[in-house]
Amino acid sequence: MKALCWQGVNELSVEQVPDPAILNAQDAIVKVTASTTCGSDLHLLGGYIPAMRAGDVIGHEFIGEIVDVGPEVSRHRPGDRVVVCSIIGCGRCWACRHDEWSLCENSNPKPGVTDLMWGGTTAGIFGYSHAMGGFRGSHAEYIRVPFVDYNAFTVPEGVSDLDALFASDAAPTGWMGAELGGVRPGDVVAVWGCGGVGQMAARAALLLGAERVIAIDRYPERLAMAARHVGCEVIDYTSTDVTAELRERTGGRGPDVCVEAVGMEADSTGIQRVYDGIKQQLRLEQDRPIAVREAIHACRKGGSVFVLGVFAGFVDKFPLGALMNKGLTLRGAQQHGQRYIPKLLDLIAKGDLKPSYLATHTMTLDEGPKGYDMFKHKKDGCVRAVFRPWA
Amino acid sequence: MEGAKAMKRLVAGAAALAAAGLGVARWAASHRRVPSAAKDPLESSRWLGITINRPPDEVAPAGHLPEPLARVDAEVRMNRAPGDRGTEIYARPREHRAGADAVLARLRGEDPRTTVRTALRETKSLLETGDVLRSDEEIATTRPTLPGKVLDMALGRAAEGGRL
Repeated sequence: MKALCWQGVNELSVEQVPDPAILNAQDAIVKVTASTTCGSDLHLLGGYIPAMRAGDVIGHEFIGEIVDVGPEVSRHRPGDRVVVCSIIGCGRCWACRHDEWSLCENSNPKPGVTDLMWGGTTAGIFGYSHAMGGFRGSHAEYIRVPFVDYNAFTVPEGVSDLDALFASDAAPTGWMGAELGGVRPGDVVAVWGCGGVGQMAARAALLLGAERVIAIDRYPERLAMAARHVGCEVIDYTSTDVTAELRERTGGRGPDVCVEAVGMEADSTGIQRVYDGIKQQLRLEQDRPIAVREAIHACRKGGSVFVLGVFAGFVDKFPLGALMNKGLTLRGAQQHGQRYIPKLLDLIAKGDLKPSYLATHTMTLDEGPKGYDMFKHKKDGCVRAVFRPWA
Repeated sequence: MEGAKAMKRLVAGAAALAAAGLGVARWAASHRRVPSAAKDPLESSRWLGITINRPPDEVAPAGHLPEPLARVDAEVRMNRAPGDRGTEIYARPREHRAGADAVLARLRGEDPRTTVRTALRETKSLLETGDVLRSDEEIATTRPTLPGKVLDMALGRAAEGGRL
């Protein structure tokens, strides 16, 4: 079959690879009908996630049709149109039973890596390196879905492919940031990053009752998109001082909840970007936490900061003093998507959430390398490139 | 005159050398007082523990150890986990290896603690899900490269390694 493969740093190609197979009795094979780029793929592409081999199939946010199931699959059958969570959960360990699916204890066949790196095993993820289980990604014609009864969700009639697609990752990740960040009615919420996840976090905050939501980015087209589709205020960080602007807009308090949706390759306009860039290149720090630092400084006393952006290792100049003395709550997680996907599909079916607008560019799988080039460099206003393997 | 200058340079050089030596000696003395990284004195005999989200009577019905833990040459104990967390199982190999012997065994892939660790993880997965998940790596899409070989060496034991 055809698949989009990582070949090295900033190098992708479309290859013929062996078809996936049912390896466990609870697996299914899904024919991928749409699969989208995600900001976290850029960390793989840039070589920041080291456990990649030449030929690995990437992609983790997708929908498709079940074409084959293992003998122990009970909730799905061939023909089901499903959206699949990008994080793989077993559904029965303590973490999954408590809706902390990205902490699943049975879905990563390579548990030693994350166990040593982070002091605990985390869930397997599609197309996200051998440290996260060595599972193939979704930028392919077919994909194997382990524990499919727990990880695939039937798409309701009337919900379009492109709306359902973002219920795989961007929408539940954003929802989690707002919900676990503790957004309550009347809150002021700031979101760093107007990519797909940031916009979904902003929308989730409004749906959870936030009185004001302020999204921060530097790309005019993304800021305009957030203002138009999410209905939030925006700040262009290249034209103002973000913390001063947030203080001025919140009576000097700062936002009640700050959601960071940027991750380890954060940019800024100041000296910080140069400092973190040099330290990262010299391997003196692994991740650039520029937006996290700013969120901690901007947050109101006693407020909450949620880290949605992907980080892998160690950071420098982490403002622990501000965190402690301002009495902040800091949380983070890979998405617990299975907890939110049914609710999000309902919201989409009712018309309260329409994430399909994020799909700025739709193309064939053969155009995958071009799609990532556009996505990485924000060419032509690209927010998300969506690949249709069978188009 | 030249002789006096040479003598001055010699004395100054000797003084600088002595000062540097004193500095190094002070650094070395203070360095000795810095505690070294803690080594676990019980590393080779410590219990390896895992918590299974099943009650004790399902983990070991009638006292029978679950597979594949039952096949491993290990001491095993278990108790109910606090709260609603199920059952804590602890195991450690009967054969203890320490020092260089343990390092060599690890390099050869014959570390008995690795065997116990893998058995604990598989036992947990079987009891909780009825299966042990396999990686897609079994049907490889990758091609051999030098960085890939380095990665293979690093990840070669990833399935059985870790903190557990």
